[in-house]
Amino acid sequence: MKILVCISNVPDTTTKITFTNDNTEFNTTGVQYIVNPYDEIALSRAIELTEGGKGTVTVINVGEATNDPTIRKALAIGADDAVRVNAAPRDAYFVAKQIAEYAKDKDFNIILTGRESIDYNGNQVAAMVGEFLDIPSISIIKKLDIDGDNATVEREIEGGKEVLTVSGKFVASCAEGVAEPKIPNMRGIMSARTKPLTVVDAVSIEEVTKVTKYETPAPRGTVKLIPSDQTESLIGLLHSEAKVI
Amino acid sequence: MSVLVYVEQAEGKFKKSVFEAVSYAKAIADQQSTNLTAISIGDVAETELKELGKYGATKVLNVSVDQLKTFVNQAYATVIATAAEKEGADIVVLSNSFSGKGLAPRIAVKLKAGLADGAVELPSTDGKFAVKKTAFSGKAFAITELTSANKVIALNPNAFGVKENATDAVIENFAADVKQSNLGTVIKEIVRATDKISLPDAELVVSAGRGLKGPENWGMIEELAGLLGAATACSKPVSDADWRPHSEHVGQTGIAISPNLYIAIGISGAIQHLAGVSSSKVIVVINKDPEAPFFKVADYGIVGDAFEVVPKLIEALKAHKA
Repeated sequence: MKILVCISNVPDTTTKITFTNDNTEFNTTGVQYIVNPYDEIALSRAIELTEGGKGTVTVINVGEATNDPTIRKALAIGADDAVRVNAAPRDAYFVAKQIAEYAKDKDFNIILTGRESIDYNGNQVAAMVGEFLDIPSISIIKKLDIDGDNATVEREIEGGKEVLTVSGKFVASCAEGVAEPKIPNMRGIMSARTKPLTVVDAVSIEEVTKVTKYETPAPRGTVKLIPSDQTESLIGLLHSEAKVI
Repeated sequence: MSVLVYVEQAEGKFKKSVFEAVSYAKAIADQQSTNLTAISIGDVAETELKELGKYGATKVLNVSVDQLKTFVNQAYATVIATAAEKEGADIVVLSNSFSGKGLAPRIAVKLKAGLADGAVELPSTDGKFAVKKTAFSGKAFAITELTSANKVIALNPNAFGVKENATDAVIENFAADVKQSNLGTVIKEIVRATDKISLPDAELVVSAGRGLKGPENWGMIEELAGLLGAATACSKPVSDADWRPHSEHVGQTGIAISPNLYIAIGISGAIQHLAGVSSSKVIVVINKDPEAPFFKVADYGIVGDAFEVVPKLIEALKAHKA
């Protein structure tokens, strides 16, 4: 079994998000980058499914050479090899096209992504790769089991879950529940240095989106503190002042 | 040129988030001085389809085909993209629901369209078609210009609101040509907790964290939520400890929500948690630690022990309702 896991290089979850150049660019000063946490879940499940000689896991990232430490981290967690498509990731459409181009003749059984990247929150790449390759895709899965050529997955729906089966090749985006994120051990970190990281060129594709500006949420006014001996008055305030109940 | 809105049905009914997507699509159609067509896939009664007219859809395409009774995103995307082409629709709108998230990217690729998902406002009308969408998990917004001829927008629930705009919707059957190769995923089972309000759609949310000390103490949280008609949610440590299911985890690595009211009980307010809830309209924080960072972003706060404050709120709410 060959699994391809798509990883995104994202700012650490504790990052304070600011912008520069008249709010048109993300301020990368001092930002620590990590493997997108949901992609780590996908990678961890891929490793579990292929452990003991049952298959191989390749990670792919679309980005510039500055992403290599993040890719090495994924190799340290346990991927067998890595591919970097050498281009700045313009948007999900661009990234999905690069991944699909790379994967189309490589015979991967499963392609996994995280449910979304924590920077642009798209959850677009998985379904777009599925569409570019004309194979099924399942978004936001919570469980993934493989039995031969058949997979059973659970996906989240409003107020519940859906259990699906899929045969043959497919793409899925993984959420919490699919696997516990694996933490690299010393042997993994050492071996990651020598695992293959192949760099390939990007293909060109039409531009479909462009971020023109960023905004940060409007600050809230100061909190109205209610003395704990007047707790009951909160209900009245929510009703008549905030008008939400 | 026209606007096409996909109306997702669940067991033959449309939810509020669908009427919201129709209201939003109607406003875009007005901006573009064009008409709004809706497309429904699955078994939906004519009376329910007619409801879409209330929010401004002048035409409803009804796709009722045996193979498409349940959701298969690959096949649904094909039908919706085909309908967009036949109708001459260059803008496709849908709700950014769990199914919508799996569907919108496939439609976008088929139509070679830019996709703005997590949209929170109408597109700009200054010559650029730019949509404000959530980014950095609620810590920011990205104004995203869709530069392609065709455009797809997935609207965040509770971002625009339901707006009535009554017209008489004409219902037409739409013949879909379904390829077997588009039916690769097969639904075996759908499990819905019918007694619960779904978190992404909820207007009111009661959420609790480690301050509750253990899963056995959630009774009062559920009682408070029940009285309010609110959904229940929790912080990451709580779902990590299996006190509550992952589906209730809100925050940067959980679900991002934007309800009208978010009540946080015994949650300190780590930056990752705030990211997922900061677009709530009104935030109430109950915490015994007056230094809890959550108070800085709250509208109302009570410094006190949850085990004393919550029962008082339940009593006050019962009195308020009576």
